[in-house]
Amino acid sequence: MPNVLVVAEARGGEIRKVTLELLTAAQKLAAGGDVHAVLAGPPGISTALAGAKVTYVTEHAAFTEYNAEALSALVAERAKAGYGIVLLAASAQGKDLGPRVAAKLGVPIASDALTVAADTEGVVVTHYVYAGKIIATMKLAANPAVVSLRPGSVAPEALQGESSVSTVSIEPPASRVVVTEAIRGDSRKLDLADAPVIVSGGRGLKAAENFKLVEELAEAFGNAAVGATRAVTDEGWRPHSDQIGQTGRQVSPDLYVAVGISGAIQHLAGMRTSRTIVAINKDKDAPIFKLADYGIVGDVFEIVPALTAAIREAKAKG
Amino acid sequence: MKIAVCIKRVPEMDVKFRIASSGTTVDEAGLKFDMSDFDGYAVEFALQTTEKLGTGDVTVISLGPDAVQETLRKALSMGAARAVHLKAERIPVDNFAVAQVLAAELKDGGYDLILFGKHAADTASGAVGLMTAELLGIPMVQACTKLSFEGGKGIARREVEGGAEMVTFPLPGAASIDEGIARPRYPSLKGIMAAKKKPMDVKPAQPGAARLSVVKMELPPERKAGRIIGEGAAAVPELVRLLKEEAKVL
Repeated sequence: MPNVLVVAEARGGEIRKVTLELLTAAQKLAAGGDVHAVLAGPPGISTALAGAKVTYVTEHAAFTEYNAEALSALVAERAKAGYGIVLLAASAQGKDLGPRVAAKLGVPIASDALTVAADTEGVVVTHYVYAGKIIATMKLAANPAVVSLRPGSVAPEALQGESSVSTVSIEPPASRVVVTEAIRGDSRKLDLADAPVIVSGGRGLKAAENFKLVEELAEAFGNAAVGATRAVTDEGWRPHSDQIGQTGRQVSPDLYVAVGISGAIQHLAGMRTSRTIVAINKDKDAPIFKLADYGIVGDVFEIVPALTAAIREAKAKG
Repeated sequence: MKIAVCIKRVPEMDVKFRIASSGTTVDEAGLKFDMSDFDGYAVEFALQTTEKLGTGDVTVISLGPDAVQETLRKALSMGAARAVHLKAERIPVDNFAVAQVLAAELKDGGYDLILFGKHAADTASGAVGLMTAELLGIPMVQACTKLSFEGGKGIARREVEGGAEMVTFPLPGAASIDEGIARPRYPSLKGIMAAKKKPMDVKPAQPGAARLSVVKMELPPERKAGRIIGEGAAAVPELVRLLKEEAKVL
């Protein structure tokens, strides 16, 4: 019955879906122990998170954007208060935050876990290694056990129970790393970590402007984010942050639609845990079809607009 | 500028891995090893930086068995000035134990900049660089896609969720390198010859007791074999039906 601390993640004043996943996982791990959460953000962020008995909230303008130095200090300080397990998201932010927190606590981190379980001897996680070709079961015998969990690996549940806010007032020291310019993508767009559906494009799209087909399909789903292969981001057709694969983002959406993607192993390493995979590609021998639950062979420029129209229609019917 | 780059020796990934009889490691027989890809970008970037500035040099550091000297030698043949081999029986899985060993070596080195790859190709964990910087008490910028220096400060671009950001950080500092920053050069014959005479400092390392360890390795469950449902736009109605009725994602 370890006490579990969940590091909540908010963006633009909204609690991210991955936080609900963490709280769901924490409830199972705690098995009767307490689940607490730590949440930092700009003034107005305060909320009692369902599934956490206490949410320790720090509101400060310094936490409007991700602030690695101040946040890692805040989380590490809270983590020292008798928790057996500290859970973070293996989101872009969590991957940066987790090791900093663990080092401040003098313990290793189990990163990007697909599953996490606790027994009497410690915490056991599974994690993809060797470009997604092997699953390692790893044991973490540290106190606290710091684990980051891959977004999408736990189905969030509606959580109940008493929940309250405890306000933690601090004056964070000035960060040595200073953000001089934030280059924002479209803030309305879902992030790859949050999106239930990802529509991803590869070299088969032939040119940057043809990505509008992928964007239109994503829009038709209404709950989709747009991803890309490394070949595409190397060409500069899409920003580097959209890259899915071994060297980019690792995702596990409910539905992954691969458009014009042949399926290089480096790409598969980033999306093979998706629940349902659809592939559209002109080459019937492309490796992506070995993985795809539903494949359509043919011209993406003909099939994708037809699919977009059909999804729009299906959504309109409800 | 005095730069240290921490590099890791990893197997090349474009192979079918087998699991060793111990069940906790991959079978290394027949595998080819090389510098982890992001570490290669970091070495190249460090070399370009000192070449551009016309001052300073690059030290490469690696932890592990004697075989890591081959990886270090490659970095020397690319142009690094010296190598430090932190000798241990194996490369620990425990990222904090690795960071402790690296931090102890780097602490009194007088480096202006310490570089890492964004993550190692084998574990894809990306923890060691951040932990090492934390232990050294220096600022760290993770996953830089651009990095330059001006007036004793580093200026970096990093991709973040939903966009990118430009940051500055004071030196001495640390950064990890994302791809796109510099394509590693192939060592020239002259470089390979010169590397043989460059210093390779071998120091025994005693990583702390492992608190993170591999209990078991296994091949991931096969997804059920892929299925092609049709050709061309004519297959779209069937796809939508399957998404709705079978996969239940619509």
